[in-house]
Amino acid sequence: MASSTADLSGLVAHNEASVQVSDDAAGFYVLGEKLVDPKAPTGPIATRWTNRKFENRLVNPANRRKLEVIIVGTGLAGGAAAATLGEAGYNVKSFFYQDSPRRAHSIAAQGGINAAKNYKEDGDSVYRLFYDTVKGGDYRSRESNVYRLAEVSANIIDQCVAQGVPFAREYGGLLDNRSFGGVQVSRTFYARGQTGQQLLLGAYQALERQVAAGTVTPYSRHEMLDVVLVDGKARGIIARDMVTGEIETHLADAVVLATGGYGNVYYLSTNAMGSNVTAAWRAHRKGAYMANPCYTQIHPTCIPVTGAHQSKLTLMSESLRNDGRMWVPKNAADCAKDPRDIPEEDRDYFLERIYPSFGNLVPRDIASRAAKYMCDEGRGVGPEVDETGTDGTPVKRRRGVYLDLTAAIARLGKEAIEEKYDNLLDMYARITGEDPYQVPMRIYPAVHYVMGGLWVGYDLQTNIDGLFCTGEANFSDHGANRLGASALMQGLSDGYFVLPNTIRDYLADGPFEKIDENHPAVVEARAGVQAQIDKFLSINGTRSVESIHKELGQIMWEYCGMERTKEGLTEAIAKIRDLKKEFWTNVKVLGSADSLNQDLEKAGRVADFIELGELMCIDALNRRESCGGHFRGESQTPEGEALRHDEEFAYVAAWEWGGDSLEGAKPVLHKEDLIYTAIEMKQRSYK
Amino acid sequence: MNLTLKIWRQADATSAGAMHTYPLEGVSEDMSFLEMLDLLNEKLVTHGEEPVAFDSDCREGICGMCSLMINGQAHGPEVTTTCQLHMRSFSDGDTITIEPWRADPFPVVKDLIVDRSAFDRIIQNGGYISANTGSAPEANSVPAPRDKAMRAFNVATCIGCGACVAACPNGSASLFLGAKITHLGELPQGQPERYSRVSTMVAQHDHEGFGGCTNIGECAAACPKEIPLDVISQLNKDLRTAIKQGH
Amino acid sequence: MATTELVKGVRATRSTIALKLAMATSGIIFILFVLLHMYGNLKAFSGHDAYNTYAEHLRTLGTPMLPRSGALWVIRVVLILSLVVHVGSAVALWKRASAARSTKYQVKKNVASSLSSRTMRWGGVTLLLFVIWHLLEFTIGKINISGGATNDPYNLLVDSFSGTSWWMGVIYLIAMLCLGFHLHHGTFSACQTLGLTNSAASRARARIAGWVVAIVIAGGFSLVPLFTIFGVITK
Repeated sequence: MASSTADLSGLVAHNEASVQVSDDAAGFYVLGEKLVDPKAPTGPIATRWTNRKFENRLVNPANRRKLEVIIVGTGLAGGAAAATLGEAGYNVKSFFYQDSPRRAHSIAAQGGINAAKNYKEDGDSVYRLFYDTVKGGDYRSRESNVYRLAEVSANIIDQCVAQGVPFAREYGGLLDNRSFGGVQVSRTFYARGQTGQQLLLGAYQALERQVAAGTVTPYSRHEMLDVVLVDGKARGIIARDMVTGEIETHLADAVVLATGGYGNVYYLSTNAMGSNVTAAWRAHRKGAYMANPCYTQIHPTCIPVTGAHQSKLTLMSESLRNDGRMWVPKNAADCAKDPRDIPEEDRDYFLERIYPSFGNLVPRDIASRAAKYMCDEGRGVGPEVDETGTDGTPVKRRRGVYLDLTAAIARLGKEAIEEKYDNLLDMYARITGEDPYQVPMRIYPAVHYVMGGLWVGYDLQTNIDGLFCTGEANFSDHGANRLGASALMQGLSDGYFVLPNTIRDYLADGPFEKIDENHPAVVEARAGVQAQIDKFLSINGTRSVESIHKELGQIMWEYCGMERTKEGLTEAIAKIRDLKKEFWTNVKVLGSADSLNQDLEKAGRVADFIELGELMCIDALNRRESCGGHFRGESQTPEGEALRHDEEFAYVAAWEWGGDSLEGAKPVLHKEDLIYTAIEMKQRSYK
Repeated sequence: MNLTLKIWRQADATSAGAMHTYPLEGVSEDMSFLEMLDLLNEKLVTHGEEPVAFDSDCREGICGMCSLMINGQAHGPEVTTTCQLHMRSFSDGDTITIEPWRADPFPVVKDLIVDRSAFDRIIQNGGYISANTGSAPEANSVPAPRDKAMRAFNVATCIGCGACVAACPNGSASLFLGAKITHLGELPQGQPERYSRVSTMVAQHDHEGFGGCTNIGECAAACPKEIPLDVISQLNKDLRTAIKQGH
Repeated sequence: MATTELVKGVRATRSTIALKLAMATSGIIFILFVLLHMYGNLKAFSGHDAYNTYAEHLRTLGTPMLPRSGALWVIRVVLILSLVVHVGSAVALWKRASAARSTKYQVKKNVASSLSSRTMRWGGVTLLLFVIWHLLEFTIGKINISGGATNDPYNLLVDSFSGTSWWMGVIYLIAMLCLGFHLHHGTFSACQTLGLTNSAASRARARIAGWVVAIVIAGGFSLVPLFTIFGVITK
């Protein structure tokens, strides 16, 4: 990377580069050089994107079809980018592991998408959306990127409406907005509780239009297993056809990873079953930096685990907290009782007790942690589930707290509640078999989104030339915590507007020299992929891939979940290393490599999750502060609130792959300083 | 509870398949149907037998990846997706027959997995509004009547799972087609391409080998998103207009 | 039949929906015809002379502008064409449907469809066979199964269903049940195919129309054989 200080071009910095004093992760990592985005923009923040669009070189339309771009993933970020680059005339290859691009997990987003349209004339603006996003991210995001996100947000809505996305409308036929996630302006556009689905279908249809036009070639049921680097540039990928098992080489002028988040490292999350880190991780192993991997968003209102069979968790919209009161029994002895038999005086409305002014509406991370503490104390409710205690012995715990709507039903009437929460309560009834109108709902926090991801510069390029990363897979816009209705905004911003305008500056140098499948770099990458697959099938141990993934999830959830401590994280790293050994010596993968083999697919993903989990713990261990979704027990106010240490940790932690930890290798930490010129850092409080 | 499962096993697209019977013990009623199959697979792996391949992804009823014909009903006995179906809908001692979607345009890939790319091709052949990125006018410059926008949304909830085809005795995809035609046709933005769209999408539907609709309604009853039969009427009406306009 | 190609330039008139529109249109022609036919049959209740006068009137309809039986032949030609279209479309759609699912389910439940909707095809075949016999008996062949004269329409009618010919009446009643089934779903299906049922309310109305058309027509037709069997309509 270029120089070691950011160029502020005469702007006033509100803070100085931080200097880390503590070193909790000493011995687990190597400190590398500082990292500076070589393409960081300059000038006043409001002009940066406009200038960049002008500065970035254009590609002659006649040259575009000679330029090949590989895009992995078809969610909002990948689907929108593939469609847009296809429209521009580039030759796009689109890869996805599902049977259709329409299945990408963006489809499951419920709440809405933010945009600084200020249709409500309630004082919203690009700057306010920028401000809210940086503050919501607990001042751990890069201000240039966030400002651009806010700036582009309005265009997204125009684009989606033109595609036929059926947003909610008012009686006059104009678009409706609601307020979301605790902000004071109404800037969220929505399509009932299925906004992600409708936005994704818009991008999917635009993508399929380009498939018909011949500019985009879809590769369904293909999983990317490695990136091909030639002379330091990303020039293609190695992918496995998941139906035939064939290992294929696809070469191109640039590669874009839009592969989503890695929440499934926790085994149980609200992610899809297939969501994985493999594409990003294989790129990381080839040299791409992984930034802030420990920033994880845990959502307080999910349907609790019912038993060891649980395969995934389902989110219940946060809006339920507007009308519901969270409580647990005061006495552990009451936990198995029918909640309707527990009298008012024996109930502990814990959020109202601890946070009297915000009550049930405290931010996601605070509500989540409070619920966890109640259950840790033994006052959780619902079915008992098997857990491994901190001493390693099996224990039974109830993991759930009540979210009680009965008072609201009595006050507003059943009909009003039905109308407001639509099919949410039906979904709850279907999953749990309990009627939420009669019995208080049970909820528990679950992993929902990861703010960390591959490090990218302002142009969304990783530290590897020609390798770009968009959407949840990159780290860029949400800092340490993502606001509600901002994930969809970022995905579409990256996909429709940012990447197409930044990648052209790179592609202007192309088409690059042709390489063929016999190039040593290709041969080596293919051989690596093949060797790994052969290894999985030959271990023939006694443990299923699934059981190892479950165990990893338990370690991560216990030690790198809602609250992290030095002691716990150190222990977790040791446990993960043991598990890694266990995996590589005792896993059992059946079937063959040359057919559809879901176990084999999963083995590759779990192998990567194990390594990622270890890095997440090291990152969490190093960051001895609490910020956003990362809460260190050692860093809290006397009232138990998160405490940031800007003087030490106002930086992006970008990790370079150092090698296999079982062979003693350590990851290398590169710090990118976060200097704010357009906003000042403040500590938050919800008491 | 203890169950007897009769499951279609087929090694790949070209091999012949057959029903296999597996007893399964220790099923909890809190399990989802797919978690029940996960349990079966965990046991099969332990016994050195290849697990049953089936599709699933989001497991919250929205991605449309899961399928399965369960005791002769697409997505089983409840109006929901297979991933949201729970074992409390079954009883101890039940025999459950599990088959893949059966339709020639949805060829079996392996066991219970089918290839639904025919749906993608139907969308490719007109199932969109042509609006290049950046070319869009200000979103509120074209108001859309609320009732039409609501109808568009209600049918845009289609998840493309293929249950309509699976349930239809004719193997028709008319409900899927009708849902997209109605969604785009109800919005002002969808008008310019409205009639060419219906013509090309229907042509692709027919070309893929889906059957014709006889309006019997099994599709709408199987649809986990409860898309009503009137989208097929809308489809027919729009196609009639397309004929008049010479498409 | 799966493919990876996108088809181009196929006109909407070549689609399965166009076939359905042809079925619906020809079906509506049949509905109008059987409605008139049923009305004419009820003349049997007015006795021998009224019935025969009506039969004769059908032949002189439109004269002298048209030759004798001219109007009748116009109707026959329209009906024959409709039959060709209706059966032809049905066969084409039936073949498509079979090809769309060459491997059948081991277990398949029908949960929403009416019996009438599921029996359209074999019911239609039955009706076709019935129509052939019916034409042989009363129009082309003029067969009097009681062995009586065939040149008097009223007497031919009574001979066909009364006395020892009661079983023929029963066959007709069964055929009318088939017709009722066919009309019950056919009427609704035609409304749906013509795009008239774009809301839940209009769909409910189309279902009611199916019941009304089925009961009025099949019921109306059944009255004559029924009352002949029980000796109300006699020579």
